[in-house]
Amino acid sequence: MNSERPGRRVRSGHATLTAYGEPWIWLTGASLVTAIAMIVGLLAVIVARGATTFWPVPLEQVRVADGRGVLGEVAEREPAVAETTGSSGHGARRLIRTGDFDATGNHYEWIDDDAIVETLRPEWATVVERSEGGRLHGVPKRLLHGEEVVAEGAADVWTAFIAQHPAIRRRERQAQRIDKHDRGELQRRLRAARLEVVEASLAHGRDSRQVEEAEARERSLAHDIGDKERALDAATARLRDENAGWAIEVETGSGAIVAVPLASVVRGWQPNRLSLAGSIGLYLSRWGEFLSDDPREANSAGGVFPAIWGTVVMTLIMALFVAPFGVLAALYLREYAGSGPVTTAVRIAINNLAGVPSIVYGAFGLGFFCYVLGAGIDDVFFKASLLADGQPTFGTGGLLWASLTLALLTLPVVIVATEEALSAVPNSMREGSYACGAGKWQTIRRIVLPRALPGIMTGLILAMARGAGEVAPLMLVGVKKVALDLPFDGTFPFIHPEREFMHLAYLIYDVGFQSPNSQAARPMVYTITFLLVAIIALLNVAAIWLRSRLRRRFVSQQF
Amino acid sequence: MNAVDGMPEDRLLAVAAGRDVNAEVHDTVIQEPPVLEIDRFNLWYGAKQALHRITMPIPLNKVTALVGPSGCGKSTLLRSVNRLNDLVQSVRITGDMRLNGDSIYDPRMDVIELRKRMGMVFQKPNPFPMSIYENVVYSLRIDGENNRGVLDEVCERSLRGSALWDEVKDRLHESALGMSGGQQQRLCIARAIAAEPEVLLLDEPCSALDPIATGKIEDLIQELRGQYSVLMVTHNMQQASRSSDYTAFMYLGRLIEYGATTDIFTKPMLRETEAYVTGRFG
Ligand SMILES: Nc1ncnc2c1ncn2[C@@H]1O[C@H](COP(=O)(O)OP(=O)(O)OP(=O)(O)O)[C@@H](O)[C@H]1O
Ligand SMILES: [Mg+2]
Repeated sequence: MNSERPGRRVRSGHATLTAYGEPWIWLTGASLVTAIAMIVGLLAVIVARGATTFWPVPLEQVRVADGRGVLGEVAEREPAVAETTGSSGHGARRLIRTGDFDATGNHYEWIDDDAIVETLRPEWATVVERSEGGRLHGVPKRLLHGEEVVAEGAADVWTAFIAQHPAIRRRERQAQRIDKHDRGELQRRLRAARLEVVEASLAHGRDSRQVEEAEARERSLAHDIGDKERALDAATARLRDENAGWAIEVETGSGAIVAVPLASVVRGWQPNRLSLAGSIGLYLSRWGEFLSDDPREANSAGGVFPAIWGTVVMTLIMALFVAPFGVLAALYLREYAGSGPVTTAVRIAINNLAGVPSIVYGAFGLGFFCYVLGAGIDDVFFKASLLADGQPTFGTGGLLWASLTLALLTLPVVIVATEEALSAVPNSMREGSYACGAGKWQTIRRIVLPRALPGIMTGLILAMARGAGEVAPLMLVGVKKVALDLPFDGTFPFIHPEREFMHLAYLIYDVGFQSPNSQAARPMVYTITFLLVAIIALLNVAAIWLRSRLRRRFVSQQF
Repeated sequence: MNAVDGMPEDRLLAVAAGRDVNAEVHDTVIQEPPVLEIDRFNLWYGAKQALHRITMPIPLNKVTALVGPSGCGKSTLLRSVNRLNDLVQSVRITGDMRLNGDSIYDPRMDVIELRKRMGMVFQKPNPFPMSIYENVVYSLRIDGENNRGVLDEVCERSLRGSALWDEVKDRLHESALGMSGGQQQRLCIARAIAAEPEVLLLDEPCSALDPIATGKIEDLIQELRGQYSVLMVTHNMQQASRSSDYTAFMYLGRLIEYGATTDIFTKPMLRETEAYVTGRFG
């Protein structure tokens, strides 16, 4: 005891709980775990459902007590729900994707487990994916060519189908390409000639010689194009004639016989017969279609290639705009602007801009970029187009304006991050540079910027991640439900930044919540989400890799 | 102005009381040809005066050490020579300095041109985020020199001059940030002598280094002697006595005594100086 030394304050012998901070460790740990669990859970759902959409699922033939039959995939199971006031419960039941719309008018059907008499897995049950009208489930009966029956019985029909289908499908796609691409090309040329006439009349007066010449050119072109169109007509007619008459007849779960023209069959498979290798092949081929094809059936089937393209290109163009502007603005703020109330006000304003709802940026983009800037550009450079058919070129939403709008939206992020990175550059480096006789700009360019680059990259990464996932403003400035013309193609001037485009995030909204057949589109939503997250992650990984390389070069300090 | 001459202890008390005292500048210093003349130089940080009427010539091609307790204004004086203090907003000065006869604080003097005539090494090594090679030739690069031959020659000469060549000649194009602290500091010296400065300013160049690296840098200063005019701040009395020709003792923003190093360390005129250099106060 310290009783002999009264001057000394005696401290208590044991530390309290707060000294160790045990509860705080628990609290902070718990919040971290909660956050991680939510993020991991979300990602797990997206990956699990998104990645399995294209895996073939067995088809079950279910016979119900009242005699009806259903052939399909089980999409969902529900446990029994007891009856309560206001809602009439039900027993355990399952939702089956019937693929029998033609006969029953439904794509999906709830079946009570109690009502099921028997469940079979018919070996030859086939999924026929059609380019229109959704899927068809059934057992192949006959393969027809006009009146002639080419094959009969499931096994023979299937062999014949595999022999005939690829060529027929190839012809059909070729005909589609002619319709979409070659015909579109002719229309574009015709329109260009029409615009020349309008331009000439704008420049030289309505009755001038130039107008007459242009009209003559237009007439001869129209004549020319008429010939070409007839040639195209003949070509597609030939292709389609060859395909005509080929059809496959299947018996659906309800017993109806449905004939499907082979030309409209995208692919068919028999999930109950597939080996593992077959399943993997089918899975990859469906992913291939998803990544590289145009969408079909109101975006709920087919591929999303235009949307991938739109998302990536828009994000990159956005980064191209936002990086220089953001970095230059931050450079001025940090290196040149004095420290006064005005600078502080500007800084606060920028921070607040980051909190403005994105739809406001969309409205601004529409009002300023499209209706002011774009209309101005149209007025000067594309007046003829405006007069000829009232079609604005830059005066409406498009890839360029969407990128600019998002650049504006993400500008505060980049400015704030860049400013932080600049202020993290040690003053001793700047002074060392000045002491060598460098001027201010030389110091910034040779010392400050390289050293701050990794931090600036971090800001850009954040901006890109935010921009790539944004939907609301895009709906106003150029994203469309369907826009199959890519902003880059073979027609002069090859880059068309004024074109409307598709975007994965918007596609999620559209397919998931605007689709007439939302039940069938739902797996697609997961897949698109999975893809979008993967693309953003890929962009980020690329940027992070770049940043770590820069950091190794410019920042790492060791003693 | 109230100059006080009298008992040595009175000087420090007078300085502490805020009065001015006359510096004891030995004749040996005055007889040397100066490269830099500091002439009645005063400096304020805002309202606080950090340098009081400093008048001292810096001899040509000699090493001059600045010693004094922490906060006495040694770094401030050094940074005033190449006008780095211009970057501090609150700084105000009177008086002047002359570099080989050119007024440093002449309003017509171009600060950037002025700094190109001097080299400076800081207390903490501050290599630039670029390769070793680019660090050394930095001052030439900003002058627009891109001739590979010239740059290579300057790089090798400077690195040899700072006793670093043998250690780094095989990795000239690696990042300078991967070097050890001592190497980095010698790199900074190489960078400072690359442009053949008229004056080399060293602000405690060894304070962040271990004894071995310190020894190397001291050897280096020995070698620079005779070719360069060096003005060096140090807290290490042995270092001052070993590596310098002249030593100036500062206290609270004033120059107290200034003379040949041997004189300052063996027979100083003032007892305060003796007390400081022998470590009895400070
Ligand atoms: N940027 C500044 N603003 C205001 N006061 C400053 C500034 N830099 C230095 N001072 C003050 O000027 C005085 C001299 O500082 P200086 O750094 O020159 O001392 P020093 O002799 O180099 O000290 P040390 O040996 O610790 O490096 C100190 O009192 C310091 O507080
Ligand atoms: Mg100092």
